[in-house]
Amino acid sequence: MPNQGKLSRRQFLATTALGAAVTATGSISMPSVLRAQGTPVKLGVLHPVTGALSYSGQQGRLGATLAIEEINAAGGVKGLGKIDAVLGDAQSTPDGGVAEVEKMNSAGVCCIVGGYASNICLATTQAAARYELPYVVDVGVADGIVTRGLKNTFRFGPGFGVISKTALANLAAINEQAGKPAKTVMIVHEDSLFGSGLAKLLNAQLPQQGFEILETIAHPTPTRDFNNVVLKIKAQNPDLVIPANYYNEYVLLARTMQQQQVKPKGIYSVLGGAASSYKFVKEFPDAARYIMDCNHWFDPRNEKALALKKKVEIKDQFYTYEVYMNYSCVYLIADALARAASVDRAKLTDALASSTFDGHVMPYGPTKFVNGQNEGAAPVNTQVLDNDIKVILPATFANAKAVFPRPA
Amino acid sequence: MRTFLPIAAVLGVLAVVPLVVHSNVTLNFLVVALMIALVGQGWNILGGYGGQYSFGHAAFFGTGAYVTAILQVWYGVNAWFGFAAGIAAGAALGGALGALVFRAGLRGSYFALVTLAFAEVLRIIASVAPVTGAGVGTLIKLELGIWTFQFQSRAAFYWIILALVGLSLVIARLIERSRFGAWLIAVRENEDAARALGVDASAVKSVAMVISAAITAAAGCFYAQYFLFVDSGIAYGTWISVEALLTPIIGGVGTVFGPLLGALVVKTLGEGAKLVAGDAPGLDLIIYGAVLVLVIWIMPRGLIGGLTHVRKMLARREATVVPAGKARHG
Amino acid sequence: MLSPAILIPAILNGLLIGAIYALVALGLTLIYGVLHIINFAHGALLSAAMFAAFFAFRLLGLDPYVAVFLLAPAFFALGYALQRFIIGPASHGDDRNMLLVTLGIAIVIENALLYAFRADTRTIDVPYAFQTIDFGFTFLAVPRVVGFIAVFGVALALWVIMAFTDTGRAIRAVAREKLGAQLIGIDVAHIYAVTFGLGTACVAIAACLLIPTYYVNPRVGDAFVLVAFTIVVLGGMGSVPGALVGALLVGVAESLSGLFLGESLGQIGIFLIFIVVLLVRPSGLFGARA
Repeated sequence: MPNQGKLSRRQFLATTALGAAVTATGSISMPSVLRAQGTPVKLGVLHPVTGALSYSGQQGRLGATLAIEEINAAGGVKGLGKIDAVLGDAQSTPDGGVAEVEKMNSAGVCCIVGGYASNICLATTQAAARYELPYVVDVGVADGIVTRGLKNTFRFGPGFGVISKTALANLAAINEQAGKPAKTVMIVHEDSLFGSGLAKLLNAQLPQQGFEILETIAHPTPTRDFNNVVLKIKAQNPDLVIPANYYNEYVLLARTMQQQQVKPKGIYSVLGGAASSYKFVKEFPDAARYIMDCNHWFDPRNEKALALKKKVEIKDQFYTYEVYMNYSCVYLIADALARAASVDRAKLTDALASSTFDGHVMPYGPTKFVNGQNEGAAPVNTQVLDNDIKVILPATFANAKAVFPRPA
Repeated sequence: MRTFLPIAAVLGVLAVVPLVVHSNVTLNFLVVALMIALVGQGWNILGGYGGQYSFGHAAFFGTGAYVTAILQVWYGVNAWFGFAAGIAAGAALGGALGALVFRAGLRGSYFALVTLAFAEVLRIIASVAPVTGAGVGTLIKLELGIWTFQFQSRAAFYWIILALVGLSLVIARLIERSRFGAWLIAVRENEDAARALGVDASAVKSVAMVISAAITAAAGCFYAQYFLFVDSGIAYGTWISVEALLTPIIGGVGTVFGPLLGALVVKTLGEGAKLVAGDAPGLDLIIYGAVLVLVIWIMPRGLIGGLTHVRKMLARREATVVPAGKARHG
Repeated sequence: MLSPAILIPAILNGLLIGAIYALVALGLTLIYGVLHIINFAHGALLSAAMFAAFFAFRLLGLDPYVAVFLLAPAFFALGYALQRFIIGPASHGDDRNMLLVTLGIAIVIENALLYAFRADTRTIDVPYAFQTIDFGFTFLAVPRVVGFIAVFGVALALWVIMAFTDTGRAIRAVAREKLGAQLIGIDVAHIYAVTFGLGTACVAIAACLLIPTYYVNPRVGDAFVLVAFTIVVLGGMGSVPGALVGALLVGVAESLSGLFLGESLGQIGIFLIFIVVLLVRPSGLFGARA
């Protein structure tokens, strides 16, 4: 049986191109580097690295393991020693995630980080709660994650409610500042948890800010063709298009809009899959120009964030939000471990709950967990300017001014 | 009664497991495996005994899951009643589908694809309808207790799913030994001949579909209680339709224990592949897929078929020891 | 919504996307019609073909419309080998087993792609990717129009093969009556493999026509396969004109129901039509009466 694995690897390395070989060996060698023998600090790193969410899962794992490498290189957690990462594959399903939580619990982890997707996180945090195993959610935005009264669950990033509130407030501010050129809006969202939830909130709150919603268009993931969606946009000619979808669909939508020469006054994305993606900007500079996003983003003035960016880009990967959010979560956990001075789960849970950690790379300020939610967590507004992604709001973290409406 | 001895024996052995094994990793694994086995048992009634291969059993699984979840979340219905309601809903859907599809005379691949289409239609509706929470899904409130069908110990869930699987084994055995079962198998073997002999093929298939749907819906209700979250991809996705047919075919279609054996083997294979492959994404699934192909290659009639084959071969070898005269009359 | 300014472009879009569906469905209907199996591996093969087209562009600098002449034969060979040496022997001639074998192969291919190339979405940038033809009331993307024309060429080529070549006649014979074909000396295993190869070659052509406007990742093929299945049954098993007409109809139906019901609910349109056709005329539009 073991030979079968090795044979497959040699076969594939031999038959694939150089670029693939580099990334393949990169992803295989990493875990072996991390396995320090007999260390007391075991950290569960759980992501959907196969299945529909594999890209995000692999990016999340990348961020977490980079943080662990750094911490270990600097001598490990203060007073406790090096971190042994126990990697798990949620296989993009909740039951896959739960099975991994069980294994990690058996392996004696002191904490689990990750999950990524809301439906996976809902199941995995609950499974971990049985063992009072602290769980730090990296991304999952569903409000349900932190409203079930689970003491073990901590979410470092913002939830839905905060994201849509911030997105709305910032949109109104940007519009206000430009002299209110935008009145009519069309929303294009993907039809699963994050897109639908967001669309609902936007529908309730946008009119209160003086915007008129012409139409809300839902689409499945994957969507093969956006021509009809763009036709509707073209026909109704909204001032603003608000997309909320995953990377692939966003790219197709943007490209189709470019093809059909649909140019609204602005594209204001919320949790856009590609709107604040370096990959998108690099590969489609024309379609990406001036797009605004309200999304997870790192603090552009933070040295560590920029150093991490370089590290990731040297590995020939893109610096995506899964990377720096998981990176920050691991550092948060390490800090809590050091303060708890123990791997005891109860002590760690208390340390996390009382955490005021500032050593992360996100624009959140020191952490403050209320009922498991980090109160300071919020998205920021970015815009693609000069072939780069700049932060335009809030002012404390901004490194560029918004360009709105979009120049002709 | 003697006919149920094998079932009792198997159940007896399985029931003892939580008393001996305390690892929650294993218990969780077994709970999920048994749930998949239940889905397969349901499929097997229609597909194994009836020969009607459904590619859309997710339709029943998802209906069970959603009905019980929605009743609890929106109408405050008790979880146990919800469970029963979910099974009833699944059965009703099976009846409706059967009536529609079998009266239209759909068979074979056409039947398979129309069931797939139904499951897809339900998935799409569930992803946009407000009552299912649309894309957000339905979250059942976490409230441990017997009354709410949520248990602290995994063993409790284990025994419940085991009981359900046991019930499905008994149902399968009863069908096997009944006249209804004979009609069903006759329809499977040669529907036209069966009709010629006076069997109401459409009615027989419809009844099988109802039983099949009810069993699979029960698994769906169980999923909802075990994981407390349902969305359209989980409920009606192709993953569960594939598991539904994978496990009986691997284990042995048209046998009582086939789906159970198949589920245990397939799930163990998945875990084994993970152990061998380590952390590299995708490698374990490559192994899993390859072994799947190999299993079919070596044992085309499923594991039980393969085991029966081996048993017959051994019996034949013994028989050749008997003097030539007797052996010829077998 | 009913204004011609939106309706007509929507219908045209439907036809163009239908053409791509047709290419995927053509391969599937051949395999389905002759081998009587639902080829679970079809989507994974499409993903693999798209990766091949991607790398042909990236590493060899071949434009997809040129690469197709390299990839179609290559994938024919791959399909032939798969059927001849793996699927055929592993299934022992049983339809149900073929199902599971193709499922296993699908899992292997998809995860091999994931393992080798990671999950990132990749795209190619060809100069004509964004070019459009201006019809006054709408723009039609050049790659889509090329795809539309190409599919007729492929369908024609397939029809010629099936009607006028010995292999084609043998394929039709095996599809209609396997035992009889065997009795007159046709090597059924070889014909099965040729059919599978042709089906896979169609997939490769579809990939090359799709890649200028679409993206590549290990799971990209899955999005097209379910629709392709419905088209195959809609058009009639094994019928090439059926798959073509069925695909165009499905494309338009999908486009219009997406327009009226919204993109998410609109997907139902395809399946509802499919169910209705099955209940009313199960042999499909062009199939022989069952």
